[in-house]
Amino acid sequence: MDEPDVLNRLKDAGLDVLTCMQCGVCSGSCPSGRYTSLNTRRIVRKAQVNTDMLHDKELWMCATCYNCQERCPRGIRIVDAIFTIRTIAVHEGIMLSEHRKVSHLLLKHGHAVPINDETRQKREKLGMEPLPETVHKYPQALKDVQKLLRSCGFDKLVAEK
Amino acid sequence: MTKLSLFLGCIIPNRYPGIEKATKLCLGKLGIDCTDLKGASCCPAPGVFRSFDKATWLALASRNIVLSEELGRDVLTVCNGCYGSLADANHELKEDAALKESTNSHLEKIGKEFKGAAEVRHIVEFLYDELGPEKLKEMVVKPLKLRVALHYGCHLVKPSNERNLGSVERPHFFDELVEAIGAKSVDYPDKMACCGAGGGVRSGLHDTAIEMVNHKLSRIQDADVDCIVDACPFCHLQFDGGQVEIKEKLGIDYSIPVLHYSQLLGLALGFSPEEVGIDLNLVRNSEFLEKLRELTEE
Repeated sequence: MDEPDVLNRLKDAGLDVLTCMQCGVCSGSCPSGRYTSLNTRRIVRKAQVNTDMLHDKELWMCATCYNCQERCPRGIRIVDAIFTIRTIAVHEGIMLSEHRKVSHLLLKHGHAVPINDETRQKREKLGMEPLPETVHKYPQALKDVQKLLRSCGFDKLVAEK
Repeated sequence: MTKLSLFLGCIIPNRYPGIEKATKLCLGKLGIDCTDLKGASCCPAPGVFRSFDKATWLALASRNIVLSEELGRDVLTVCNGCYGSLADANHELKEDAALKESTNSHLEKIGKEFKGAAEVRHIVEFLYDELGPEKLKEMVVKPLKLRVALHYGCHLVKPSNERNLGSVERPHFFDELVEAIGAKSVDYPDKMACCGAGGGVRSGLHDTAIEMVNHKLSRIQDADVDCIVDACPFCHLQFDGGQVEIKEKLGIDYSIPVLHYSQLLGLALGFSPEEVGIDLNLVRNSEFLEKLRELTEE
């Protein structure tokens, strides 16, 4: 199977990583990089030379704080590029198992973090209704959300492979 | 003043309902016209779902915005993640006609259409812009003499080209709102650092998220404050729930109370700690609750 062309996909999304001069302001500004193997400069480099990177765990270590993007002297939208590379990976079936679980919560409940018994009790203690005014309370709204997710093919995208 | 609809997201109503209650109490007291946004869903969470599929992210975000458009109101968020997701999606859909068309082709199936008629606001920038610290100060009935470690959270101010809230390196608007209610916003190293929850890190690589928040908490502990104040329930969960996990795993007991700005403001406007749900946090700190009672009952 051919590897997806990351560089061109970034270009199509209006993200020009080729202007990167590898100065390293991005990785020096990265709070996650203090604790992990995430090296933002290297991610941009790999994208420039189109090296296979879709299995790199580092892609998922970015907390999307935008420090790198704010400080890049070439104005490269680095976080947007990471989003795009992550999307290519997910569409290739590469996804953390925990993220698959969160996706199934969204499909089922319309919330990534659905209500639980403990919070229902907290709500009642505060004199609030046990269910909030969200999809949790309106079944038709939840059906609409689920219809939208199917229309986008999200159910198939995150299905267990 | 702008009419609003309250977008709750996931973590506020489903984990920290005190923030929802406090927000509604504050808006009522301040005379801000804000209704529930009935039937809203997850924003959807930017770190995960925006990473997975752009069409899905835009479809769900636009549906939430459309619900508010139909009411003729702007969207009020109380969470940096929801703000980032909805404001960025709104911005992209307003700017890019092709993207708007493809998103509307999905929305059409549920009888909706994105028109681009609403703005997306965050409660902190909304209060700063529309009310301002001076006016807020006049409405305070219980000035809170507290030392506060303020945490802006990344997506309140970044990406800056879509926010226009001034400096992202050393912003001050949120500090001004905290000081307006009588508290002292204490400077501390790494004040603008990320809490470590976003980007799908807390859900996907939990240990990394905990390491990041442990660092930030150690800085805050050194600053000798009464509490942390945030603007985002995901940062809130990271600080509050994170402390419980750090105590279990690393044996470090910070016991630093965590308040969302809505809760802090609620106290200053005369509501009790219980009314704004501060006793429902995971971190228990009876000393702090006692101090709040003294400050709010005086």
